[in-house]
Amino acid sequence: MFILVAGPGTVLAQHEFTPADIEAGRQQYANTCLRCHGPDGDLIKEADIGHGKFRRGSTDDDLARMIRNGIEGTPMAAINISEPNALTIVAYLRSMATAAGTIASGDAARGKTIFEGKGGCASCHRVLGNGSRVGPDLSQIGGARRTLELQRSLVDPDAEIVPANRMLKVVARDGATVTGRLLNQDAFTLQMLDSREQLRSFSKSNLREFSFVANSTMPSYKDKLSSQELADVVSYLASLKGL
Amino acid sequence: MKRALFLIVLIATSLQAQVSNDRLLKSNQEPQNWLTYSGHYNAQRYSALSQITPENVKNLEQQWIFQARSLEKFEATPLVVDGIMYTVQAPNDVVALDAATGRTFWTYSWTPESAARPCCGRVNRGVAVLGDTLFMATIDARLIAIDAKNGRPLWNIQIAPPEKGYAMTLAPLVMKDKVIVGTAGGEYGIRGFIAAYDVKTGKEAWKFYTIPGPGEPGHETWPADSNAWEHGGASVWVTGSYDPDLNLTYWGIGNPGPDWNGDPRPGDNLYSCSVVALDVDTGKLKWYYQFSPHDEFDYDSTQVPVLADIQWQGSPRKVMLWANRNGFFYVLDRATGQFLLGKPFVEVNWASGFDAKGRPQRVPGMTPNNQGTLILPGNQGGTNWYNPSFSPRTGLFYIPTWANYSSLYVKQEQEFVEGRTYGGGGPRNTVPQGIRTTANNFAKEDEGYGAIRALDPHTGEMKWQFKMTDVTDAGILTTASNLLFSGGREGYFYALDARDGKLLWRANVGGRVISGPMTFSLNGRQYVAIAAGNSLFTFALRQ
Repeated sequence: MFILVAGPGTVLAQHEFTPADIEAGRQQYANTCLRCHGPDGDLIKEADIGHGKFRRGSTDDDLARMIRNGIEGTPMAAINISEPNALTIVAYLRSMATAAGTIASGDAARGKTIFEGKGGCASCHRVLGNGSRVGPDLSQIGGARRTLELQRSLVDPDAEIVPANRMLKVVARDGATVTGRLLNQDAFTLQMLDSREQLRSFSKSNLREFSFVANSTMPSYKDKLSSQELADVVSYLASLKGL
Repeated sequence: MKRALFLIVLIATSLQAQVSNDRLLKSNQEPQNWLTYSGHYNAQRYSALSQITPENVKNLEQQWIFQARSLEKFEATPLVVDGIMYTVQAPNDVVALDAATGRTFWTYSWTPESAARPCCGRVNRGVAVLGDTLFMATIDARLIAIDAKNGRPLWNIQIAPPEKGYAMTLAPLVMKDKVIVGTAGGEYGIRGFIAAYDVKTGKEAWKFYTIPGPGEPGHETWPADSNAWEHGGASVWVTGSYDPDLNLTYWGIGNPGPDWNGDPRPGDNLYSCSVVALDVDTGKLKWYYQFSPHDEFDYDSTQVPVLADIQWQGSPRKVMLWANRNGFFYVLDRATGQFLLGKPFVEVNWASGFDAKGRPQRVPGMTPNNQGTLILPGNQGGTNWYNPSFSPRTGLFYIPTWANYSSLYVKQEQEFVEGRTYGGGGPRNTVPQGIRTTANNFAKEDEGYGAIRALDPHTGEMKWQFKMTDVTDAGILTTASNLLFSGGREGYFYALDARDGKLLWRANVGGRVISGPMTFSLNGRQYVAIAAGNSLFTFALRQ
């Protein structure tokens, strides 16, 4: 357990963080902090680190020190990490705080109804064994992605497509076309889960062409759902933490 | 045109259908696949595939290797379902591979609790499948259902507490709407059981304790004045078999504990060292046969129950063939449990034969003591969990065998402490410093060797044997073209003529074979696969 204790301290940034720092911090956070603190940093109520207010210390160096040394008497253990890497986590925490607070609160139960009904989400997505496997399985999405990111995926699906969700189109020499989610590839072969939910493996030499699908196959829900409905769906997705 | 046809085949043949109960029942009718741990419910490890023959087997060449990211022993037999191979990277990573190339589709990783403390490695012997769901039993005694298409967990239940020594290493077996497993942990004083769970939800359907509780038949075979039965072992760590016509599933039960000191547990200690026949729907015991009553030699009866329909003394009979760790080969009537034949397949000195009901007659004095008693076969047995095979084509039963092998059995006092090993002594080597304790082999044949032994099940007579210098932990596969595949600790994977044991082909796979070979076919091409060292190797005929 690595748990930072947050509180009413004032945010004071002393380092100039670049977008690359923030991205590096995002990955560090995912590897070392997310499991306890959650994607929005607020999984532990008394240690909310996602909104820029920290109970112990306020400077970047204070926070980096806490990450590296842990906090005695709390479940927050020391993390074996260099100071520059700890500072990237701080950079990410600062960026989280900047973007936080823009999500309307939603109702997860209503969101589930929309997900399975009006939204038609289950026609592509699967949750704990129900729904299609063609799109990403969302059973644990709430434990992995921030609510902000979930909302963005709903209204602007092309904004970010993580590599594991890239879609591919392959064309056999006879013109037969198969689309699906890329699972693996090497110099000679590629593996995918196709649009009929079949695991497929192709020899590249037997294909006329293969290419990534440029845009997400998911439609934008910006004009399909109301703001409240979007908030409800986001709330539902955020509640999905796997088994 | 030819190429176009090939491409159509390429796309058409890779379609996967759900694995229905009907497909499992008739899995021997689709030999291109390998749908259960032993290939079919009868557990014969016999395949109808015949493209690879005694004449062309010399043209086998390696197709691909899957190198596990694990330093544990690779004991799993993979499944193949319509071109997709599913295996387990120890301890508990399920991997879906393209069976033609070995490339990975997905990996599901389960990190077992550190409390898991199996006696003999954090190993796993494979998965089961039904529909689009895979089932894995974990080393920390959990049962996990996994989506076969995307590797996502569907349910995950705790079967038993790992901190008390419970573990699971076996591949589950699916029958009807149930997935059945058993628990290892005999060296830790567990009370073993076999249990069935609903395939959809993981809800327990029934549980059969391998040590009967108070008031249950068989409880009287444990001492009345102690709670020895509560920590008497009788673990289950190898997959059973199933006769759908009789609606019976058969499972082998491990030794009683403490392993080498029988004093705290006078009596036969049912159902340790037994085979039990259970009703699939209820888990009720239909019959049992105890191979080694009051065992003191670690003679687990956790071999795979092999089911065969053969002529027996002039009449067709549903039998069970069993080469036991205790050194005897058995034929039982699998409808009733009746003892039909018992004969040593290796040197045996702890029993001299059987009474009319099939109870072994112990040789006086052959029991562990403080100085050590030399017993044949030794602690690893005449065979062990290694998969045997029965070929209906040759009519022979094939056994991975440890021959000329003995141990000195030492008995010691030991108090039971929950979660701690509970052996009561142990085996000692009969050769100074033991044999095969290093990478180099210095053994003489009379100190023990490994062999494939072919038995006539009607008589127990050995028809031929193929000797190795080292002992073997490898299973056996036979095929309709009279081939037998196996391996051993020496790191060879080889093919024999199943009719006479003649060596036809061998490949150096560079590591111990501690698994059973299997075969499958894809796009008209037969493959054979074997795990050795930390990798899975596949072979097919040169094109």
